[in-house]
Amino acid sequence: MAAMNYTASIPQTDDAISTQVVAVDNVFKSFGDQRVLNGVSLTVNRGETLAVLGRSGSGKSVLLRLIIGLQSPDSGAVRINGDGIAGLSLDQLGVYRKKMGFLFQHSALYDSLTLEQNVAFPLTHHNSGMPVAELSDRVRLLLSEVGMEGHLNKMPADISGGMQKRVGLARALALAPEILLLDEPTAGLDPISASEIDDLVLKLQAEHHMATIVVTHDLYSAKTIADRLILLDMGKVAVEGTFQELVESHDAFAREFLKHT
Amino acid sequence: MITDFFEWFGEIGIFSWRVLRAAVTPPFEFRELYRQLDEIGSKSLPLVALAGAAIGAVLAMESFESMTRFGARSLLPSALVYSVVHEIGPIITALVVSGRVGAGIGAELASMKVTEQIDAIEASAVNPYRLLAATRILACILMLPLLTLASDLCGLVMGWVALSMVEPLSFHQFYTSGFRGSDFNDLLPPTFKTAIFGLIIGTIACFQGMRTRGGAEGVGRAATSSVVLSSLFVILTDVVLVKLIIIFFP
Repeated sequence: MAAMNYTASIPQTDDAISTQVVAVDNVFKSFGDQRVLNGVSLTVNRGETLAVLGRSGSGKSVLLRLIIGLQSPDSGAVRINGDGIAGLSLDQLGVYRKKMGFLFQHSALYDSLTLEQNVAFPLTHHNSGMPVAELSDRVRLLLSEVGMEGHLNKMPADISGGMQKRVGLARALALAPEILLLDEPTAGLDPISASEIDDLVLKLQAEHHMATIVVTHDLYSAKTIADRLILLDMGKVAVEGTFQELVESHDAFAREFLKHT
Repeated sequence: MITDFFEWFGEIGIFSWRVLRAAVTPPFEFRELYRQLDEIGSKSLPLVALAGAAIGAVLAMESFESMTRFGARSLLPSALVYSVVHEIGPIITALVVSGRVGAGIGAELASMKVTEQIDAIEASAVNPYRLLAATRILACILMLPLLTLASDLCGLVMGWVALSMVEPLSFHQFYTSGFRGSDFNDLLPPTFKTAIFGLIIGTIACFQGMRTRGGAEGVGRAATSSVVLSSLFVILTDVVLVKLIIIFFP
């Protein structure tokens, strides 16, 4: 049985639950013989940014996919605003997914659509009655928030990786989500572009007060944007706390991780 | 091998159930359906028409020789109409669409799958079975009979052209002689059976595309298997449908 971590042992008062937007409770997930998550628990509150750190293959991205329901846990529960999402149909899950924005590691922009159409995609599907002018204004506003207002008619293949991340972020924000899930937002970017993405996330967080979960390898980025961090090792939460608490941790894996970062 | 075979049928059954459930519940994706009707219907029309015309001409030329040999030249227009409308038109249309549309759908959806675009659609709270699969399958079902009519027409016209090049024959004579004794039972069941071919092509291509794994190689595999499997199942299903049509529309 996996050891309960710090978060799971916190008593759940009504107030805590009302601000607690995401709760992952003792989740296990395997692919074939390989156990990826081994009893992970975490919570994220409204307006809080949690960074999930760990080695490649430690289950960080799988954790995000479980939260948005793209995969199901073998056991354990994922709760959004207190509601479990296990066993829901695609349409039922849609109700919760409308409250979430997801930035994929490789942006996953629709390659046959322009940048404007990419950002408009969630809006056109969930606000079919929205007048065209209003839709266009909203898309331009979203793209200007991420500094991409001058590239409306470009195709995803015509822009750089950093710009694709920005557009992906604009698309993730289209439905004004309560929860923002960012999978490696700075991976593969040069230090300046990575820093710009960090600043952008901080700005968006200050403006929209979302519960944000950032999966990253980038310790500098995690330090910059996160209120709290968890470090995954062998599918378990090895350390949880602020950046300072991570640095001061006596956990052997945490020390090894920091030494090589 | 045997396990894979049954697993494939089980998975396509679950996939079909999900698509059916998504297709009959709102919101309906009319805009994407119109786009697919154009993509699958209008853009396949030139190819289908050309294939139908070529087959009609070849059939007329081949039949002319053999029927002259057996002294049944007067039956040539009827034989041509019967062959084209009953079997050649529907099956050629289905195989051409299977090649063009099956490969297109398989490759497009597979590419979207491996680049996480289908996950992105799902993450945007849009049901990919409704948006991507149901629209494409429905477009295939609706367009196959119409494309078959176009193929039949081109086949018959080119058949007449080929015949009139070897002996004088007006189109009115060809038409009157060819359709003598024919009724709607000769035209409608063979034409509408292609809606089932459309269902097979659309379902297999969407399924093979959306279950793809493994990068560029997976995309290539999905495109190839979409064409091979849908063509195979179209031909096998045709055997059953021909028998059923003979029984129910004698």
